[in-house]
Amino acid sequence: MPISFELTAAARAARDHFHAMARDHMRPISRKYDDHEHELPREWVDWYWREGRRSGPLVPGPGDGMVQVCIQAEELCWGDAGLYLRTPFAGLGGSAVAAAGTKEQKERFLSVFQADGPPAWGAMAITEPGAGSDSAAIETTATLDGDEWVLNGTKIFCTGGEGASSAPGGFVVVWATVDPGAGRGGIKAFVVPAGTPGMTLVSLEKKLGIRASDTATLRFENCRIPRTNLLGSAEVRKSAGGAGDKGFKGAMATFDASRPIVAAMAVGVGRAALECLLEELAREGVAIRYDAAPTEQTALERDVIQMEAELQAARLLTWRAASMMNRGRPNNLEASMAKAKAGLAVTRITQKAVEWLGPLGYSKQLLVEKWMRDAKINDIYEGTQQINLLIVARRILDYSSSMLR
Amino acid sequence: MIDFEPSEEQALVVETVRQFAANEIRPHARAAEEGKQPATGAIDAAHALGLVANALPSAFGGGGERSAVLGVLVAEELAWGDLATALAILSPALLAFPVADFGSAAQQAALLPRFAGSAFVPGALALVEPAFGADPFRPRTQAKRAGADYVLDGRKCLVPWLPGGDTVLVFADEGGEAQGFLVPRDAAGLAATPTPQMGIQALPTVELSLSGVRVPAGARLGEAQGSGLARVIARGRVALAALGVGVARAAFEIARDYAKEREAFGTKIAQKQAIAFLLAQMAIEVDGARLLAWEAAWRLDQGEDALRESTLALDQVRRIALDVTDGAVQVLGGHGYIRDYLPELLLRNARGFASFEALALV
Repeated sequence: MPISFELTAAARAARDHFHAMARDHMRPISRKYDDHEHELPREWVDWYWREGRRSGPLVPGPGDGMVQVCIQAEELCWGDAGLYLRTPFAGLGGSAVAAAGTKEQKERFLSVFQADGPPAWGAMAITEPGAGSDSAAIETTATLDGDEWVLNGTKIFCTGGEGASSAPGGFVVVWATVDPGAGRGGIKAFVVPAGTPGMTLVSLEKKLGIRASDTATLRFENCRIPRTNLLGSAEVRKSAGGAGDKGFKGAMATFDASRPIVAAMAVGVGRAALECLLEELAREGVAIRYDAAPTEQTALERDVIQMEAELQAARLLTWRAASMMNRGRPNNLEASMAKAKAGLAVTRITQKAVEWLGPLGYSKQLLVEKWMRDAKINDIYEGTQQINLLIVARRILDYSSSMLR
Repeated sequence: MIDFEPSEEQALVVETVRQFAANEIRPHARAAEEGKQPATGAIDAAHALGLVANALPSAFGGGGERSAVLGVLVAEELAWGDLATALAILSPALLAFPVADFGSAAQQAALLPRFAGSAFVPGALALVEPAFGADPFRPRTQAKRAGADYVLDGRKCLVPWLPGGDTVLVFADEGGEAQGFLVPRDAAGLAATPTPQMGIQALPTVELSLSGVRVPAGARLGEAQGSGLARVIARGRVALAALGVGVARAAFEIARDYAKEREAFGTKIAQKQAIAFLLAQMAIEVDGARLLAWEAAWRLDQGEDALRESTLALDQVRRIALDVTDGAVQVLGGHGYIRDYLPELLLRNARGFASFEALALV
């Protein structure tokens, strides 16, 4: 098949469906849960669990696979990125179980998200007070005691951590080392079911944006989980670098799948701000001319055209990374390119939108100021701008992590 | 379904042109620039590949496979070799594509077959005007009806003027509407003055002065139907975007390779984050701009006017081609500034995209 930008009928139907969902069920409560940080957005959570999650294939026939997943994320984050992150779904923890879990583990941990019980959440806990981008430096330990793993340590910045640690049926995938002397080779992922004794929700962060999202600090004190909750092999390979890193690299590989989605989420926020700017301009009778001579172009037109080009470049890089997954191609480079581009592009686009809307943009009458605050997280989580540049650089230079630190 | 992977057929063309650019264009890029002459061997060899002729209607000897997507794939590879040579190679399209798109039957029969022949014949399109505030969509050059003729008055610049061509397509204002006119290069009242540019010096370009140039009514492109300048500009912007991506990619690759060789303070400079991150940003911008060009081209192939998409693509390329080539000069440092290496030429070429319109078409 040649190069094509044609969405399948299924993808177009999904786009329209999730757009309507975002417009009708997210936007009306966007401001409320930005103002009421840490309050569970009941309207959204309950509606989504009752109805939203049940929207199966909307039209028959093949879809666009991962590109379609990205389109869904873009639409819902066009609605509200904070509410999207507070949605009762398996989240990043679910991705880890799906990628590294056995059939039995997938059944045990993921079936709750299809079941009729109360809403459940999944989350991933990696970051620690002393280990952010350098995730190999984590200090949380897991010790085997009979048929149980015993976890000790503190995790911060755990997105969805309140729901996943507290609401029955959910779980937190916790990264911990089984051998602190083994470096990356000792790092494993463990599924800790919500409510497990020894896992404590310490606090929720107060943030610049995405305030509807529960960003938790979790403490693990002699937290015991079944031996069978380890994702992947318990074997520790001590050789530094190379094949010895297989387990760690396997864990990092889940980012190749999640980064395009996060990039798509970013594009959704950026698009919301850009659309709002264009709507306000249209209200004032200002249209963007694509055929104006450079000397006739206004500063506004120049900026808007750049914002549109940057947003579309970010979207296409995102779709490329996703599309490669459809073909089963390795996409480590392309996923990081998309994430780096989208994170920075939407940070700037939303800042520009506030600037051009002037006092209106700065005020809370509109959501643009919120979107500017929401957008910034996209250049930080799931690998900061700098970490993604580092990954891109290593790939294009064909350097190992020891060659380019 | 969305797909970013070229088909086998597209990939084969890309690979062929990539090798051609590496073997036949790049090695002569510096000499062509310094000698202010395109490498004629490369132009003739490219013509033999049928890069433009394949896109012309089969009724006039062409391959009948016009595709803007294929056009941008080819343009990037050629420009990666050398922008001026790429523009020379693609110049037949400047005349042939608008005639194929808008020309009357008589105009097509008269002009198209020559471009599908065994010898290379250049084309020429005069759109850009040498005045501050000039507007490509609204030319100041005037066309006035005078009996059975049109009389053209005005000035044009950045007109490719390769030897061997006999016709130039001139866009002019006719009563508030832009129209194209097929003007013999030796028409009375038409003066062509060679005007060296900052870059692309291997491509001969002229400033045209039209003073009472008379052409018959049948020389109006599309005759009574007329033509659509906006569509020509959109096709030009898509082509230019792809060419700019090729220039930027060339700069990125040269900088990357240099940074992996050059040592400072005991390591390769590519091992310094200051350099590595710059290279990573260059790679990301090149890829992002390429996808914008691809999408705009795909929309043209779907029959859309793609004015917005082509404008976004070229707008992005105008920025990133300059940034990336400037970055390459910076990575090479003093070596980037001297003419022994290509980055300084790539930087000069990249700046041109701010002024270029319809210097190539898909």
